Amino acid sequence: MTDRPRETERTGLREARRRWEEKTLAKVLARRPERRERFETVSGIELERVYTPTELAGHDYLRDEGFPGEYPFTRGVQPTMYRGRLWTMRQYAGFGSAAETNQRFRYLLEQGQTGLSVAFDLPTQVGYDSDHPMAEGEVGRVGVAIDTLADMETLFEGIPLSEVSTSMTINAPASVLLAMYIVLAERQGAPLERLSGTVQNDILKEYVARGTYIFPPGPSMRLVTDLFAYCAEHLPTWNTISISGYHIREAGATAVQEVAFTLANGLAYVEAAVAAGLDVDVFARRLSFFLGSHIDFLEEVAKFRAARRLWARLMRERVGAKDPRSWMFRFHTQTAGSSLTAQQPLNNIVRTTLEALAAVLGGTQSLHTNSFDEALALPSEESVMVALRTQQILAHESGVADSVDPLGGSYLIESLTDRIEAEAMDYIREIDRLGGAVAAIEKGFIQREIEDSAYRHQKMVEDGTRTVVGVNEFVTGEHKVPPLLEVDPEVEERQRRNLAAVKARRDAEAVRARLEALRRAAQEPGAPLMPAIIEAVREYATLGEICGVLREVFGEYRASAAQG
Amino acid sequence: MAGRESEAGTREGAGRRPVRVLVAKPGLDGHDRGAKVVARALRDAGMEVVYTGLRQTPETIAQAAVDEDVDVVGLSSLSGAHRVLFPRVVQELRKRGRGDVLVIGGGIIPAADVAALEEAGVRAVFGPGSSTSEIVDFIRKALAGRDRGEVVGEE
Repeated sequence: MTDRPRETERTGLREARRRWEEKTLAKVLARRPERRERFETVSGIELERVYTPTELAGHDYLRDEGFPGEYPFTRGVQPTMYRGRLWTMRQYAGFGSAAETNQRFRYLLEQGQTGLSVAFDLPTQVGYDSDHPMAEGEVGRVGVAIDTLADMETLFEGIPLSEVSTSMTINAPASVLLAMYIVLAERQGAPLERLSGTVQNDILKEYVARGTYIFPPGPSMRLVTDLFAYCAEHLPTWNTISISGYHIREAGATAVQEVAFTLANGLAYVEAAVAAGLDVDVFARRLSFFLGSHIDFLEEVAKFRAARRLWARLMRERVGAKDPRSWMFRFHTQTAGSSLTAQQPLNNIVRTTLEALAAVLGGTQSLHTNSFDEALALPSEESVMVALRTQQILAHESGVADSVDPLGGSYLIESLTDRIEAEAMDYIREIDRLGGAVAAIEKGFIQREIEDSAYRHQKMVEDGTRTVVGVNEFVTGEHKVPPLLEVDPEVEERQRRNLAAVKARRDAEAVRARLEALRRAAQEPGAPLMPAIIEAVREYATLGEICGVLREVFGEYRASAAQG
Repeated sequence: MAGRESEAGTREGAGRRPVRVLVAKPGLDGHDRGAKVVARALRDAGMEVVYTGLRQTPETIAQAAVDEDVDVVGLSSLSGAHRVLFPRVVQELRKRGRGDVLVIGGGIIPAADVAALEEAGVRAVFGPGSSTSEIVDFIRKALAGRDRGEVVGEE
């Protein structure tokens, strides 16, 4: 293969293009100018009028795309992708009490959902029990309230943990919730080595975008890697982290920033785990990712492909991982909550469909589709059903799942993929110069970049540069509000009573002893924490008690208000 | 009237000092994209804005409003805790003798809750899709009204 024929081809192409521009294009432009001077993606990437092989001059098929299931995995992590197995349809759910959420889970499983995804309420996410003063008004609001193992028993009643895969959106106290899940699995007789699921366990994005941190970065990273180490030994098929760009994107980041900051955080976890003495080729295969799928369809398809390729290159070339499974960027996707509108809420079904389609064409491993009423309240049973049916229509009717990476080779998609990868890599280099992701977060760099993008976007919506149907154009006067889910206001009181009852019947002396054992482990640098947490949970120590001990030893993180 | 408002973001009767706003996140909700965007837009409109950061209690918010001597408190919540926490902020302000502060709110707030919040002393609620210029205009009008002797806080 010499370069000569290619060169001739390129020259011919350039000439042909010049002829097209002069003969065909110029005439039309003279008669009718284009709608805009400049066409940009929602992230601000300028789009060419038309993409041809010229835009892919530096692109090499084997190097940059390759075959699905092989490095650099641009076309997918599996050789057969959805021809072999469809993505996991995983709707995030949880509200009120464990019993109500249990009912919603069973309903979703009956409707053909293939994995569970638990939403916890905010007190649970920041390590407070339901009777803590800071929990007032928040219990059971955005997710289910879990105080002790007893709530976890109710949450999964009648659901065999050996048969479902469960994703838990829990970060700062991830070890505590995983410990409860493990004890529950033991009691059900489910073999731990086959437990399947994910804990989000991604503390770094909490500091920059999601806000449910508890401890400072140092001890938080210890908790994260401690969980990696425990699972490598006892839960080999559990995804130990879901490194999340979704919240970064929702906070206002562009597609490039989403990829860059997510992968920079990923590298920080890998480096921390290696520093803690773990073997990259043992833990890296259990790392998973979580991205958003936003409304700019083509950009999103390219984004997923770019993230997959860049992670493979970083893990192989920079980190030096040897096992191909360590190079694979496996990810969950959620459609963009921030793209939904409170105005004309049925339009959100269309937005979600486009976003879900982008995720599928981008090769996601699992998908949550938002419900159309989510800019108004927590989703109702009806709206959740439409969201799940959206995925089923894509999977079973649209045909897009029947060939691997169907947009691969599109001049535009490949060109955007290359560009997003290159620009994300520029950011990662900048973060390296600042000392890595943890340092960049401590310096406020990542937060500022996200805030600038959020503000720029808001300005563009307000000055009409960016159209949001039903909000700044095509507005209708009346607002028809669909029937919304109401969280029972009695939940908070009931949950407090349940907690008091559990505390009254447990062995207080055993709880005290287990909490003291945990304190000693936490005080000893590098000592394993998971075993002590599991033993505390087993005695029905509360989440707040366990996090309370860790708060005393580790201290609490306070974001500087100046970062506003 | 037009003359009074021509000085962007300033208020009459207090030596033309800029309007001071406390943007606050009550409760445990960590979504502060909206709060930060609004804070920045108010700053761009010439107001002085203090942002509390996350996880504030009604007490700490009211105390910060007193300490910072603000004209306006803007509350943001997307967690559903607004029903309990927004009215508590108003009560805490009144306890501290600052019932005159204009309290407004935003976030994911079902339309059905708005009347109760207004009843409790929250003067306006800006839901998803609100523009920052609407918020700026509302604050200017309300404060101009206050300077003419209208009650914007406590009835």
